[in-house]
Amino acid sequence: MFGAHVVVAMPGSMSRRPIHPLHAVLLAFAFPLFLGALLSDLAYWSTFEIQWANFSSWLIAGGLFATAFALLWALINLFRSRPASRRGFAVYFFALLAMWVLGFVNALVHAKDAWAVMPEGLYLSLVTALLSLVASWIGYSGFRAGDVT
Amino acid sequence: MRRSLLLIGTLAMALSACGNDPTPLQYGPKPDLPEPQRGLLPEMVISRPANWGNEQPTVPQGYRIAAIATDLKIPRQTLVLPNGDILIAEGSGGGAPALRPKDLIANYIKGLGKSVVKGGNRLTLLRDADGDGTYEMREVFADNLNAPYGLALINGAIYVANQDALVRFPYRDGQTKASGPPTTITELPSAINHHWTKAMAASADGRFLYVGIGSNSNITERGMDAEVDRAMVWKIDAHTGAHKPYATGLRNPSALATQPGTGQLWAAVNERDEIGSNLVPDYLTSVREGDFYGWPYSYWGQTVDPRAQPQDSQKVAAAIRPDYSLGSHVAALGLSFSTPAMGARFAEGAFVGEHGSWNRKVPVGYKVVFVPFRDGRPAGDPIDFVSGFLSTDGKARGRPVGVTVDPRGALIVADDLSNTVWRVTPNSPQADLSRTGIISPVIN
Repeated sequence: MFGAHVVVAMPGSMSRRPIHPLHAVLLAFAFPLFLGALLSDLAYWSTFEIQWANFSSWLIAGGLFATAFALLWALINLFRSRPASRRGFAVYFFALLAMWVLGFVNALVHAKDAWAVMPEGLYLSLVTALLSLVASWIGYSGFRAGDVT
Repeated sequence: MRRSLLLIGTLAMALSACGNDPTPLQYGPKPDLPEPQRGLLPEMVISRPANWGNEQPTVPQGYRIAAIATDLKIPRQTLVLPNGDILIAEGSGGGAPALRPKDLIANYIKGLGKSVVKGGNRLTLLRDADGDGTYEMREVFADNLNAPYGLALINGAIYVANQDALVRFPYRDGQTKASGPPTTITELPSAINHHWTKAMAASADGRFLYVGIGSNSNITERGMDAEVDRAMVWKIDAHTGAHKPYATGLRNPSALATQPGTGQLWAAVNERDEIGSNLVPDYLTSVREGDFYGWPYSYWGQTVDPRAQPQDSQKVAAAIRPDYSLGSHVAALGLSFSTPAMGARFAEGAFVGEHGSWNRKVPVGYKVVFVPFRDGRPAGDPIDFVSGFLSTDGKARGRPVGVTVDPRGALIVADDLSNTVWRVTPNSPQADLSRTGIISPVIN
């Protein structure tokens, strides 16, 4: 029924297993929301229309809220993984962590009033969106079968 | 809660741009204006409320202070009527919606420094019939108002500036209760009402009322559209309600007063936050028709604030410098000119009620100062007149708002944290030259 669970781990096999569906749902917030924040920052940058800055603030807050759980999940997986496959989980966790920490700094920058958000907020939104793409890419590529997810 | 506040404080220190808090020259006509600075978190130190116990605010030697009314519902401004009765405006306005996650958090934190009592939306009248300094009578003069703030008595009527309208009650000497609901003279700008207080002063001839309308944001973070008819003083015809902007670019003109003798309008103005402990100075200034004071584009004259975009260089060029800095973040909310009946040291000048800071590492304000005047202009540093609102362990026992000089020789101070009205009097009576020429009957 769940394709992920019928894959049989073979010694030396490079078959990959996807992350848990709920973990995937949480991770799915990251790229759309942080990309949305980047786009609304660009809109604020070019129009001075404050509502775009408000949108950014909420998109970043939403992204941080959902991905905090994904980050926790990634951390637990990292601890539960076998030493042989730990590296993959570690890369995923630290990519997600970097995204989250920069996203949090970005949330604080976006809490400044009016144009004080710029230009740091725009740069941070760009980096956070890129890191969310990287973390999602790694996460959705799956991990070596036989290890926990 | 305390732990999370501590955490916020520690984070703020760790993330702030600068560790020390030098105190530059902040008083007078030429305050030092340091470079703007803002860490990842604004400097926030909330003085948590505490009770007075048996203590009282501190007043200068030769003066005494008494609580003449307690358990009020957020007293803000007071008015001394001709027969000596005191009218107190009680209420709490605002309620601007939170637009960002930051607003939710900041509102919660700032709320920790405020009274939990609900605003009364009323006027309370106090009377000391026998002149012994005890106001033994207390009546609700009018209720069902909407966050009343500015008060004025002209032409036999009491004018009240609600947060959304200027209204009028007929008044005859000795009246203790309004005869009915008030007449609306004119609506006042009230959309959003980020800064909701409507300070008021009457012109010397009683023809006009000046009403202060604060900005709808700290620095345009609710958008420029929200600032139409904001950050200005209106001149209103007391009869017809016809009005026009009198002076603009005043971020939050939260106290207005007409100077005795000259008839000049003065304002205490609260300036913008979140660019450092020592920016931007709140100020006291004479306000003339057509003056523009810079908000939001610039401060203290022509120092540009890049947070306000798009900028307007013509407006910046037109911005004038205020007369007198009271210090950054003191939150001047009360203003009243003195009379000789207050005693020789405090005869010429203005009292300023300072509600106290939140956006500063070392709290300032939380007191009533006296700004000495000479030849009708501020001359010299402010002198503490009522202090001790902050306890030695940094808790706030009260927060002064409105101050009103009673021409008989007393200063009335509204305190919206301990919900008290204080009265400060000289121990020895002074000749009351300003009003009647008779000696005050209060003898000690």
